Amino acid sequence: MNDKPEKLIDKKGVRLDGRKADELRPVKVQVGVLPNADGSAYIEHGKNKILVGVFGPREVHPKHLSMSDRMVIKCRYHMAPFSVQERKSPAPSRREVELSKVIRESLEPSVFVDLYPRTGIDVFIEVLQADGGTRCAAITAASLAIADAGIPLRDLVVACAAGKIDDTVVLDLYDAEDKLGMADVPVAYMPNLNAVTLLQMDGVLAPEEFETALNMAVEGCKKIYLVQKEALRTKYMTTVVKEEAEE
Amino acid sequence: MSTVLTRVKQKQIAQLIDAGKRLDGRGLTDHREFTIEEGLIERAEGSARIRLGKTDVLVGVKIETGEPFPDTPNDGVLTVNAELVPLASPNFEPGPPDENSIELARIVDRGIRESKAVDTEKLCIEPGKKVFVVFVDVYILNHDGNLIDAAALAAVSALINAKMPNYEIEDGEVKIKTGYSPLPLKSHPITVTMAKINDKLIVDPWIEEEQVMDARISIAINDEGNICAIQKGGAGFFSPQKILEASKLAQEKAVELRKKLGW
Amino acid sequence: MPTFFEKKQLVTPGELLAEGDYQPGENTYMEENRIYAQRIGLVDAENKRVNVVALRAFYVPKVGDIVIGTVIEVGFNGWTVDIKAPYTAMLRASDVLSRPFKPQNDELSQVLNAGDLIVAKIASYDRAHDPQLTVGEPGLGKITRGQIMRVTPTKVPRVIGRKGSMISNIKQETGCQIILGVNGVILVTGKNTADEELAMMAIRKIEEESHTSGLTDRITQLLKEEKSKMEENKT
Repeated sequence: MNDKPEKLIDKKGVRLDGRKADELRPVKVQVGVLPNADGSAYIEHGKNKILVGVFGPREVHPKHLSMSDRMVIKCRYHMAPFSVQERKSPAPSRREVELSKVIRESLEPSVFVDLYPRTGIDVFIEVLQADGGTRCAAITAASLAIADAGIPLRDLVVACAAGKIDDTVVLDLYDAEDKLGMADVPVAYMPNLNAVTLLQMDGVLAPEEFETALNMAVEGCKKIYLVQKEALRTKYMTTVVKEEAEE
Repeated sequence: MSTVLTRVKQKQIAQLIDAGKRLDGRGLTDHREFTIEEGLIERAEGSARIRLGKTDVLVGVKIETGEPFPDTPNDGVLTVNAELVPLASPNFEPGPPDENSIELARIVDRGIRESKAVDTEKLCIEPGKKVFVVFVDVYILNHDGNLIDAAALAAVSALINAKMPNYEIEDGEVKIKTGYSPLPLKSHPITVTMAKINDKLIVDPWIEEEQVMDARISIAINDEGNICAIQKGGAGFFSPQKILEASKLAQEKAVELRKKLGW
Repeated sequence: MPTFFEKKQLVTPGELLAEGDYQPGENTYMEENRIYAQRIGLVDAENKRVNVVALRAFYVPKVGDIVIGTVIEVGFNGWTVDIKAPYTAMLRASDVLSRPFKPQNDELSQVLNAGDLIVAKIASYDRAHDPQLTVGEPGLGKITRGQIMRVTPTKVPRVIGRKGSMISNIKQETGCQIILGVNGVILVTGKNTADEELAMMAIRKIEEESHTSGLTDRITQLLKEEKSKMEENKT
């Protein structure tokens, strides 16, 4: 049996990984990392390492899945066998099936699906290393990958979770906090439209605590959004910077 | 073969909702009439069937013995499965569980598990070796909207109805005695699903409303009025304010239903 | 009536560009009275019309476009062609064969087979139908020589240059024939591989430095330098 830590957050409000209650883990993203994909992104959020590749818009196979008046979005969230402490079987688990669905539903509101009927886009998410909050990090990267593919979007989608450990509502739980804590609330958000596109919760929260957690997660999303924009700017600005250096 | 709503019907539903009404005459926050029948499957250790409007869901509880999970040696095991049986809708096809049935099972599971509805510690027979395993199988018999709430209500009813065999340990062996005891329950979670149509929240969406809605949110509330599970579904979105509105509405409806059900 | 950007600022999808009395132009959309970007690109406004020049976009067919595609399948009465777009295109046998098409007698794969490259024109395309191609005009048809390269479709206008100045320079300096598919596929045909490679290098440079100024002169200069280097190596 692992020894469970006595407290996840101490009297001074410091968590086991040194963070304060409302502090995010470090987030780094890169866009355009897979040469064969139409769009791609790689994210490191805390110890999470997730790669996303996007293909499309392209014709849908099998044909009966295509829709005559709009684009179809397909999403596969998959964890590598070595991504977790105990090796995970490569076969899709029920959790991966559910996550593939909710992640797809979090990205779909951002895509102008009516523009390209009878086509589809495939979003492939591979979790290379997991440490709590993978669905959120995956969504943040997936939205960038879709933008990188040149697909017209209403907004970027960014995601972050909040939760409760030791009676304190905190932001961005990592794996140990998620497993030992009292609640986890992942949220995906379109910042310019103030729209929540993914919301789940497990654990127990009083209604006021849920409100605090929701607001905290939204604020976390807004911070990560700046990292997303910066990643896009970095990828597409390099030539302009080069020119200025030459002058 | 999918049943597509005609544009005329879609418009009709949306217009009515703008005026605060629904096609079947309900108010925006009214549930359909429902009845729950318990214990109708004698072979199962527990069972319940709900008819929520024309949505018809049957849940069977089977209790067996087995090994506990290594990281929870003192707890019994609870597992929830759902089947969208083909006869329930022209859109359901036979085959392994698809994303809809998996999501449904996991939402129902979450509400029961997080509220600690089943007192899993009391299901322990021999720590680390033998525990009771409770199988909750959700069987959708007719889909007329809001499978989540119907399944969740029927599942808890079936657990309330369920009985586990009495046993004693004799010479290190588990011996089943005669007689049964009710399953030890600590909470009776109630799930409320709301659909968003034209920016209005409507409770207990009927199937045609589900085809028009842009998103849904399901919130499970335990006996103390705390939230124990939430799931947003559908390809639309909610503003944070709308989510808090839904949370409040779910709490009110849970109190109403709890009274009605006597939980 | 505010705008929220500076001329040629890099914007990302969802960024608020303007509010009030403006019209949504390329790669933008309007919600209530606010205009947002749809794609990553450089924003600018012209006469109250807000446009974003996309830095990343895929090719969407338009009737009349000249495209270069690859035959991927030989069918019963025509060929399926990959034009690097969300939709595959169709070229009907009746378009290629000048006489009436007899399925029993004519072996379509002898005319065009999977893997063949063609230059074609988009004859028809709408929301409900895949694009139809035609090769019934001079300059169109099967490609037999030369090298193929791809650029992001959004950069093709830059490769052409103002009034075709850029592309004429490249053709002149390298002596190559260059066909620019609007879909970003480019065919370069020269007297020898070295000339073709020179032209391709120039085009790649244009793609990389497309939003800088003085590019036409720099490219011409570069080509002249490389060309003289090549002459030196020969002697």
